[in-house]
Amino acid sequence: MSGAPDGEVRLPASLRGVEPVQSVRTPIRLEYDYRPSASAESYLRAYADKRIIGHRSPVDGAVFIPPRGVDPRHGVAISEEVDLPDTGHVGNFCVTHLPIPGRKGLEVPYVSAWIHLDGAAVGFLGLVRGCPTDEVRIGMRVRAVWKPDDELGTTAENILHWEPTGEPDVPLERAGNRSFHASQPDAGGDTGGEADA
Amino acid sequence: MTVAKQRTAVLGVGQTKYQSTRGDVSMAGLVREAALRALADAGMEWADVDAVVIGKAPDFFEGVMMPELYLADALGCVGKPVLRVHTAGSVGGSTALVAASLIQGGIHRRVLTLGFEKQSESNATWALSLPQPFSVSINAGAGGYFSPIIRQYMARSGAPELIGCMVAFKDRQHALRNPYAHLRQHDLTFDQVVEAPMLWDPIRYSETCPSSDGACAMVLGDEVSGDAATGPVAWVHGTAMRSEANNFPGRDEVNPQASRDCAADVFRQAGISDPRAEIDVVEMYVPFSWYEPMWLESIGFAERDAGWRMVEEGATHLDGGDLPVNCSGGVLSSNPIGASGMIRFAEAALQVRGMAGDHQVDGARRAFGHAYGGGAQYFAMWVVGAEKP
Repeated sequence: MSGAPDGEVRLPASLRGVEPVQSVRTPIRLEYDYRPSASAESYLRAYADKRIIGHRSPVDGAVFIPPRGVDPRHGVAISEEVDLPDTGHVGNFCVTHLPIPGRKGLEVPYVSAWIHLDGAAVGFLGLVRGCPTDEVRIGMRVRAVWKPDDELGTTAENILHWEPTGEPDVPLERAGNRSFHASQPDAGGDTGGEADA
Repeated sequence: MTVAKQRTAVLGVGQTKYQSTRGDVSMAGLVREAALRALADAGMEWADVDAVVIGKAPDFFEGVMMPELYLADALGCVGKPVLRVHTAGSVGGSTALVAASLIQGGIHRRVLTLGFEKQSESNATWALSLPQPFSVSINAGAGGYFSPIIRQYMARSGAPELIGCMVAFKDRQHALRNPYAHLRQHDLTFDQVVEAPMLWDPIRYSETCPSSDGACAMVLGDEVSGDAATGPVAWVHGTAMRSEANNFPGRDEVNPQASRDCAADVFRQAGISDPRAEIDVVEMYVPFSWYEPMWLESIGFAERDAGWRMVEEGATHLDGGDLPVNCSGGVLSSNPIGASGMIRFAEAALQVRGMAGDHQVDGARRAFGHAYGGGAQYFAMWVVGAEKP
């Protein structure tokens, strides 16, 4: 094809009358074997025993989950593993009405939540089930519902979802990421990021 | 340590029409269209440009690796320095700031900067939801990430439930006055915004940004170039970038430290102590409606937990508001992701040049441009003014 000065495209005879191609779809995929770091490997192996492990910072005792081997706030390595309970609270959540393409067993609406385990300083994502979506609250106490023992693997998906325990809620000012500062000596409740200054 | 910076001016702005599919042009055609318009606005030729700084969202959105290499021809920069910037959704803003820094630092005299996205050739929502080996795969796009943060803001501020709908309706009304805007819904009513289905409760479909194709470009110049311009220019009064991790103990996700620090820095540079009184018009990055009151507070235009009151009182509306926000219609009306931040910066410049057309704020002398990205963790801001700083 060559462009004519007037902008009109001159097609060879064999292409005249053929419907022009506007776009083509070329789906791409990439499959790979995942080799976890030492800390991620410990974390995933512990799941097979229905254990949840975190890393405790040597600086101020903050417990990170998943464990990454480092406290990113201070740039120090962490080697101390701690077992965390499978109970905690909903720090925050989204009621999703948008199905994820190709994701099986996840009917909408579903509740994805930041689960803050008792003793952990950060949350991690989990599904909340076991109550109507409009009854899920920031601060709601939850516990893990595990896969049957004979289906356990080295995966975070061993926890099917989180369900309400029925205990009193954690107050808003101490829920989610605020729980860390609320647990520190001299904390004034919701101090935002100021304690890192 | 602060060193003296060379004065920098916005000499020209060029935008494409934003729409869901620009099937008539390739990426190269899209960026060239915006670049040519920016050059024409600046009264310049390709040969006048010393360097090009380009930004877009992650390459895997469209699946073209390092597109800046292939776009060098289209942007007239063969044989000239080309720099690519990466800061997720804030990239359009960061790209403009990197371009400005090349002039502020005395490296170049005239720099073309451009951001673009061709969302019709990608799928950003699901590109942002890739399964990761050691967590469960339940996050459905950016809305799924930001919804909990918005919920937290609503809970702690006590804001009325429909504040987000008011922002969305306001920005769509503003978009009717911007010929470049993607969503131009002439018959839209407030009730329709409220009754739209929830996607990521509490975020309604009507409270999210569209997927757009588009590009935005600016020509920045040094003081000599700004003085020589025949038309009005926008002078850069302050530039700032900050970032933080997206999850750490005690993080305030609603009002991130990096956002507060970035705003404080840019206002200090511009000599502004009362932002609401001293800024005439704001273009901020609001891809989900509730981020307007949240950023109003974080940046310092409102007291903590009181940003929603400005929305409720109409303070951010182009008609009658004392601090009009997103007169262009904002990200809620046009979202070519890699360009979205630069559009904010460019629209701020157009306002102080008096060239914003039907969405011009009368007598605007100082404007604020803003972008954020990632998990509300990357921030880019500038203040531009009609007068030389």
